[in-house]
Amino acid sequence: MTPDQDSRSQEPGDPPPSADRTSSAEQHDAALVASLRSGLHGGREVADRAFGAVSRLSGTMVLAVLALIAVTMVGRSVDAIRWMGTDFWVWRRWAPPEQYYGILSFVFGTLYTAVIALLLAVPISLGIALFVTQIAPVWLRRVMVYVIDLLAVIPSVVVGLWGLLVLAPNITGFYGWLSDTFDGWPVLGSIFGSNPQGRSFLTAGIVLAIMITPIIVSLSREVIETTPQSEKEAALALGATKWEMIRGSVIPHSKGGLVGAIMLGLGRAMGETIAVALTIGSALGQITLNALASGNSMPAVITAEWGEADALKKSALIGMAMTLFVITIVVNTTATAIVQRSQKRTRGAV
Amino acid sequence: MAIEHPTSQIGSLVSPFPHSKEDHVDADISVDVTSAPASVDGQAPAATVFELQGLEVHYGPFRAVRDVDMHIRKNEITAFIGPSGCGKTTVLRCLNRMNDVIPTARVGGRVLYHGIDLYGPEVSATELRRRVGMVFQRPNPFPKSIYDNVAFGPKVNGVRSKSDLDDIVEKSLRGAALWDEVKTRLKSSALGMSGGQQQRLCIARAIAVEPEVILMDEPCSALDPIATARIEDLMQEMKDTYTLIIVTHNMQQAARVSDRTAFFTTEVNPESDRRTGTLVEFARTRKIFSNPADERTEQYVTGRFG
Repeated sequence: MTPDQDSRSQEPGDPPPSADRTSSAEQHDAALVASLRSGLHGGREVADRAFGAVSRLSGTMVLAVLALIAVTMVGRSVDAIRWMGTDFWVWRRWAPPEQYYGILSFVFGTLYTAVIALLLAVPISLGIALFVTQIAPVWLRRVMVYVIDLLAVIPSVVVGLWGLLVLAPNITGFYGWLSDTFDGWPVLGSIFGSNPQGRSFLTAGIVLAIMITPIIVSLSREVIETTPQSEKEAALALGATKWEMIRGSVIPHSKGGLVGAIMLGLGRAMGETIAVALTIGSALGQITLNALASGNSMPAVITAEWGEADALKKSALIGMAMTLFVITIVVNTTATAIVQRSQKRTRGAV
Repeated sequence: MAIEHPTSQIGSLVSPFPHSKEDHVDADISVDVTSAPASVDGQAPAATVFELQGLEVHYGPFRAVRDVDMHIRKNEITAFIGPSGCGKTTVLRCLNRMNDVIPTARVGGRVLYHGIDLYGPEVSATELRRRVGMVFQRPNPFPKSIYDNVAFGPKVNGVRSKSDLDDIVEKSLRGAALWDEVKTRLKSSALGMSGGQQQRLCIARAIAVEPEVILMDEPCSALDPIATARIEDLMQEMKDTYTLIIVTHNMQQAARVSDRTAFFTTEVNPESDRRTGTLVEFARTRKIFSNPADERTEQYVTGRFG
């Protein structure tokens, strides 16, 4: 009990509150009860409950849509998966005329191009985000944010066509140089392998990197800007330089959000269809470290082959879509787990 | 307290940090400090650490503070008091050039640190801030472990060896009267501590880089009375080793802890209605609170104004 609550009952001359209760006091109580209860039926309360119901409905809708997608995909891919068994995922041979559907090479192509895109885009994006938020003068910051946001809304088919018509034909010389230079090197020799193609994993990766950079920049910029000024000043006050301040305060503070931004970029890269279809080279069955070789990716194959597909092939293509869906979910879940673990470690259980 | 009593703080400053990033100021500073012993209440005149000459600060077109002249002495606690908006925090942030982070801030007049103009072209702000540490109004530990919070400063100043870092962390936490409370959980997050502990951690973090001066910007305003009392006790212990400059809204606190008090006030320009802070009176704390020279000071400390 707080002293305030105590004091009333301890006053010596003061009778207990219930002693002199009169009928008028009871009426007063009744009126109070009535007015409190009327609130339950008042217009504002109803509106509030309606709002609760609507938002609950919207929330459930998301889950329902997700569940429906999953059910439909499983249902419509079951024929092909029954037909192929686990071979569907572990073989690279994709031979519709023989009704043989192994999607491994497309899974590989999707992951490989996405990884290349991340390797190119993440350092550049974080560099841009840090420059814009920490170093650039205000006027330049505005210009850059505007330009980057503009970059984000370029339709993917436009970037894809640029990759096909401009990048692919002109980059073969550079690819040839890469291939020759790293010939015989341990890992790099395999990555920049022989017989370079203009339309290749690397070209698709570059195009994807261009597409996901604005996304990663925008998201990480927003996360970075949430670092409290006081935490940045704490680092500066210890004699940290700007870079040390970024490493000591800004990055630890925004680590979780940065991983999230990168994962969103990864998701976009894995799901991108048309730009990859135009630039990856559409070669079947390719599983190679050689980034200069042509290959194919799941979304690209689905769009390219859906039109002329019979029932079993359609089922196989939907199975491929489901596989992509599952991979995306696994990647996102893992990322969330990583973020939460790192936050728990740095923020600590209170 | 485990911290030794350095008669020559400056001379020893560079040694623990072999890779001090920018050393422009070292040669000049090391000259005049060794000569003056720490003052004990008005006997030998203490060395001047900071000398402000006609300091004024502008934010954009507006003058926030004008005409501040004062000498801040070594191994004393100097308190800045005054009503809100009088510029005491602004002046404090000139002493380690923390105003640099505000793009529109401009500093006029001179701020001399051991005779060197801090806003001169040769002075490195990072090196200055290593010597002039700061504790902020709200406890602002990094979202890292207790250990990493304290080790951050020494690390950026070039200490690499794990055992050196361990020693510095322990010494600093002892110096901030925090060691016994946290020695078993150095690896746990600093954000799990109470507000008072967090603020003492921030003090430990500041002393880990062995500064000469520690600026405190209302260090107790976010703390309860018990935590405040601990910090005030700590300040008294720290005075032997460091020069402390504290901004406070709490006049009793200034009276309790400080040796000298500077009273700032706000003047309103009748034409533009802009408020500019200025220094009214700077004297021994006893004098400010018992027999101030300026009428405005008396009104403020007796609670009749501000």
